[in-house]
Amino acid sequence: MTYPAPDIAWASLTPILIVLGAAALGVLLEAFVRVPAARRIYQFQLSIIAVVAALLAVVWRWVALQGDGVVVLKSMIMLDRQALAWQFLILIFALGGVLLFADKGREGEDAFTPLGSVAPGSAEETVARAKGMYLTEAFPLVLFATGGMMLFATVNDLLFLFVALELFSLPLYILVALSRRRRLLSQEASLKYFLLGAFSSAIFLFGVALLYGATGKTGMYELGGVLATYMPQRSVLILLGVFMVVVGLLFKIGAVPFHFWVPDAYQGAPSPVTAFMAAATKAAAVAALARLSYLVLFRLAWELNWIIWTVAIASMVFGTVLAIVQTDVKRMLAYSSIAHAGFILVAFAGFSPSALSALPFYMATYGLATLGAFAVITQVREVTPDGAIGAEATRLGQWAGLGKRSPLLAVSMMIFLLSFAGIPLTAGFIGKFVAFRAAIEAGAWPLVLVAVLASAAAAFFYIRLAVLMFFTDAPTDVAPHVVIRSTTLGRGVAIAMAIAVIVLGVFPSWALELAHSAGVLLAPAIGG
Amino acid sequence: MPILTILIAWPAVTGLLLLVVPQLRAWAREFAIGASVVELALVVALVAAFDRSQAGAIQFSEIHSWIPQIGASWALGVNGIGLSLIVLSALLVPIVIAAGWKEDDAAPRRAQYLGLVLVSESFMVGIFAARDVFLFYVLFEAMLIPLYFLIGSFGGQQRRYAAVKFLIYSLVGGLVMLVAVIALYFQGPGGDHAFLTMNLTGLTFDPWVGRLLFLGFFVAFAIKAPLVPVHTWLPSVAESARVGTTTLLVAILDKVGTFGMLTLCLTLFPAASRWAAPFIIVLAVISVLYGAFAAIGQDNMYRLVAFTSVSHFGMIVLGIFAFRQTSIEGATFYMVSHGLSTGALFLMVGFLEARHGTVSVKAFGGLQKVVPVLAGTFLIVGLSALALPGMSPFASEIMVFIGAYPAAKVATIVAILGVVLAALYILLTYQKLFTGPTPKAMESTKDLNLRERLVVWPLIVAMLVLGIVPALALDYLKGPSAGIVAIVSQEAGK
Repeated sequence: MTYPAPDIAWASLTPILIVLGAAALGVLLEAFVRVPAARRIYQFQLSIIAVVAALLAVVWRWVALQGDGVVVLKSMIMLDRQALAWQFLILIFALGGVLLFADKGREGEDAFTPLGSVAPGSAEETVARAKGMYLTEAFPLVLFATGGMMLFATVNDLLFLFVALELFSLPLYILVALSRRRRLLSQEASLKYFLLGAFSSAIFLFGVALLYGATGKTGMYELGGVLATYMPQRSVLILLGVFMVVVGLLFKIGAVPFHFWVPDAYQGAPSPVTAFMAAATKAAAVAALARLSYLVLFRLAWELNWIIWTVAIASMVFGTVLAIVQTDVKRMLAYSSIAHAGFILVAFAGFSPSALSALPFYMATYGLATLGAFAVITQVREVTPDGAIGAEATRLGQWAGLGKRSPLLAVSMMIFLLSFAGIPLTAGFIGKFVAFRAAIEAGAWPLVLVAVLASAAAAFFYIRLAVLMFFTDAPTDVAPHVVIRSTTLGRGVAIAMAIAVIVLGVFPSWALELAHSAGVLLAPAIGG
Repeated sequence: MPILTILIAWPAVTGLLLLVVPQLRAWAREFAIGASVVELALVVALVAAFDRSQAGAIQFSEIHSWIPQIGASWALGVNGIGLSLIVLSALLVPIVIAAGWKEDDAAPRRAQYLGLVLVSESFMVGIFAARDVFLFYVLFEAMLIPLYFLIGSFGGQQRRYAAVKFLIYSLVGGLVMLVAVIALYFQGPGGDHAFLTMNLTGLTFDPWVGRLLFLGFFVAFAIKAPLVPVHTWLPSVAESARVGTTTLLVAILDKVGTFGMLTLCLTLFPAASRWAAPFIIVLAVISVLYGAFAAIGQDNMYRLVAFTSVSHFGMIVLGIFAFRQTSIEGATFYMVSHGLSTGALFLMVGFLEARHGTVSVKAFGGLQKVVPVLAGTFLIVGLSALALPGMSPFASEIMVFIGAYPAAKVATIVAILGVVLAALYILLTYQKLFTGPTPKAMESTKDLNLRERLVVWPLIVAMLVLGIVPALALDYLKGPSAGIVAIVSQEAGK
C-alpha cells in the first residue's frame, strides 16, 4: 500500500507557523541566552514580533482569500473567513496578553514568580528574587498556547481538534501556576484547572471514539454527511458521542455545569494570564463549537436543543447570581464570564446562520473588555507592611475611591463594566444585540428574555463596583492601603481597550461588516 | 442645517468638557448656565423655524445611515409634541442650574454635577427627536448612566439605595423593551433603515405577536412614566436625590415614558393598543387614586410631590389610552403643564429645604407671616398642581376628562376624584406649612431672594399664559394628536 504525500497549502498556514515557530525559537533562547534580564527582553521582542507578523499574515490571507476559503489539508484544515476571523481575534488577545506579560513596575517585578520550581516562601525563592531573576518561559508558553488556539479555531477533524486542544491547554496549566504573589493559591488553581481539564479532555476523546465507532469518521464534514441520513435506531452511540464532545467544548467555554475551574483559575492565575486566558480560550472554544455546530450538530438540532437551552439558562442564572455574592474582583469577573458563556450559547440556540457572524463580534467585544479589565486589576495593588508594593488588591472594598485617585483607570474600568453589562454606546451592547438577534431569528426568544433579565441582574454587580470606585471614599484607617502601580504598558493596554470598546459601541458598522463577511464556512454542508 | 443634531451635540460636548477639563471647574456654574442658555436660544430658533400649520408632520428631518447591518439610522425629526417637550427640557435645565447655584462648595463636585446635567439634557433632546426605534432605545438606555451618577453621587443618605433601585427598575424595563426592539426588526421591512418609525408604522402583525411587542415597549414606558405598580422607585429617588435631579427626572425624563406610549406604542401597535386599553385605563385610574391617597399620607415633601406625580401621570395615561382627539391633545398638553407645575413645586420644596435643612411637613408652620412672598409663590404653584382654572394644568386636565368620558365613563368619573383629592393634599400641606402660629425656629426664615424668584416665576408665568391662552400650545399639539388618533381608529375600522 502506498501513501500519497498530502497536498498542503502552506501559505494558508503561515500565521500558525509563525507563532509556533517563534515559540520553538523562544525555547532555544531560554537555553542559550544566559543573562536573565537580556533573555527577558529578547523573549518579549520575539513574542511581539511573532504576534504582529502573524496578525499581518492573517490580514494577508484574508485579502488573498478567493471565494469561500482554502482547503489546506484535505478535510482536516479548511481556512475560510470564519477561521481567519477567529485567528485574528485570538492574535489580538495574544498581543494584549504579551504586553501585559511584559508589564513590569518601577520596582522591577512582573506578575510571574522568578522560579516556578521552588517551594513558595523557601530560601531559594528569596535568593532568586534578590538576584532579579525572571521567569521568561512564560513567553514561549503563551505563544504555544496561542498557536494551539489558532489551530483549534481552524480544524475540521475531531481527532485533530483534540491535539489542538491539548496544545493550547498544557501551556495554560503551567502559566496559571506561576503567580509571583499568593503562590499557593496559584498552584492550587493550576492543579484544579489541570485535573478538571484532563477530565474534560478525556470525555471529549471518549466522545470522539464513540463517534468513530458508530460512523467510522472523525472529520466534521463527513460526520455531518453521515448524520444527514442518520437513523434513530443506531443513534445511541452517536448521541452519546456528540454529547461528550460537546461537554468537552462547554468545559473550555466555562458553561454551567462545567464551570467549576473558572473562578479558581481566574483568581489564582497571574492577572496577565487570566486576561489572556479569559479572552482567548473562550474565543477559541467558541470558534470550535461554532464550526462543530454548523457542520455537525445542526443535524441533531432537535435532540440537542434542550441541552443548549438548559446549559445556557443555567450558565446565565448561576453566573449572575453567584457573581452578585462575590467579594473578590477577579472572582466576580470569573462568574460574569460564566454568565457570558450563557449569552454565547443563546446565540447558538436554534443554529441561526447569522450566529456565525454574531459570535466573532460578540467575542471581540467581550475579549477586549476582559483584557482591559484585567489590565486595570494588575495595577491596583496593596501596600505591604514595609511600604513596598505588594499583591493585587482584589477585595471589592479595596477599590473604594479609585475614581478619585486614578480617574483614568477608574473610567476605563467603568467602560469595561458597562460593556459587560451591555449598556448602549459600548461594544458590549452591540455584541449582545447581534447575539440576541441571531437567537430571536431562530425563534429562541424565551431564551433571550431570560438573557435580558440576567443582564439586568448582572448590571447590579458591575455597577456596584462602579459605585465603589466613584461614590465611596477610600477608607483611610484600614490596612493594608492600596496604591496604583502605574506602568506605561498596563495603563496603555487598559486605555487602548477602553477606546476600542467605545469605538465598537458607537461606530460598529465597519466591524459588523467584517464580522458579516466572516460568517462563511467553507463547507458546503451548511443549510443542507 | 442639521439643527437637531446640533441641539443634541451642544449639551453633550459642553457637558463632557466640564467633566474632563479641570481648568473649567472654577467657572463650572457660569459655564453650565451659559451652555444651557445657548441651548435654549437654539431651541427658540427651532420653534421660530417650525411651521406651526404643519405641526402634525415631522419637521427638520435628518436621516443618515448609522449601523446599516442592524438597520439602525441616525434619524431625527420633530412634530409638535416632540418640539414642545424639547422646549420644556431646554427651559428647565437653566432653571435647575440656577436653582442649585448655592449647592456644592467644592468646585470639582460642582463641575461633575453640572456636567452630568448637561449630558442628560443631550439625551433628553435626543430621545424626543429620535425617529428611529433603535436610536430611541440606545438613548433611552444610555441616559441611565448620567442619571445614575446624578442620583448616586449627589443627595441624601439613602442616595445609593435609591440609585440602585432606579437603575434596576429602568434596566429591567429597558431590557424587556430590547427583546421587543429586536423582534420588531424581524417583523419590519428589514434593510438599512429597518428601524425608522415611518417604515414601521402601518405594519400589520399577527395579533399575539403585536400584543407581545406592545407589552415589551409598554412595560418599559410604564416604569419610566411611572405607573402603579412599578412606580416605587420614584418616591425613593425623590426623597434622596438632589432637588435639581428630581426636578429634571419628574418634570422631563418621566415624560419619556408617556412620549414613548404615544409615539411608539400607539402608532406602531394600534391594534394591540386597543386590545390593552381597558387594562391600562384601569391601571391609570388606580394610579390616580393611589398616588393621591399616598400623597395625603406623606410627611416628607419630596415623597409627597412624587406621589402627586404618580397621580397626575395616571391622568395622562388615561388621556392617551382613551384614543380620542381631545383626550390625547389634553394628555400631551398635560405633559408640558405637569413639567412646569411639578418642576416648580419641587423647586419650592428645595427652597424650603435650603432654609431649614428638612422637608418634613411637621417641622414647619406659620411661615406665611414671616415669608409672604415664598408663601404666596408656594400657594400659586400648589394651586397649579391642583389644577386651578386659569392655569395650564386645569386646561389639560379638563381636556383629558372631557375627551376620555365618552370612551371610558366610569373610569373618568373615578379619576375625577383625583382632582378632589389633589385639593386635599395641596391645601392641607399649605395649611400645615404656612398658617397657624410660627414656631421659634421658623421666625428668622429668609424670604425668596432674587435668584429664587427668577427661577420659579418664569414657570408660573408660563403656566398662566398657557392656561389663559391654551391655543399657544395646542396649535402645536392638535396636529400630531390628530395623526395618532387617525392611526388608532383606522386600525379599528379594518
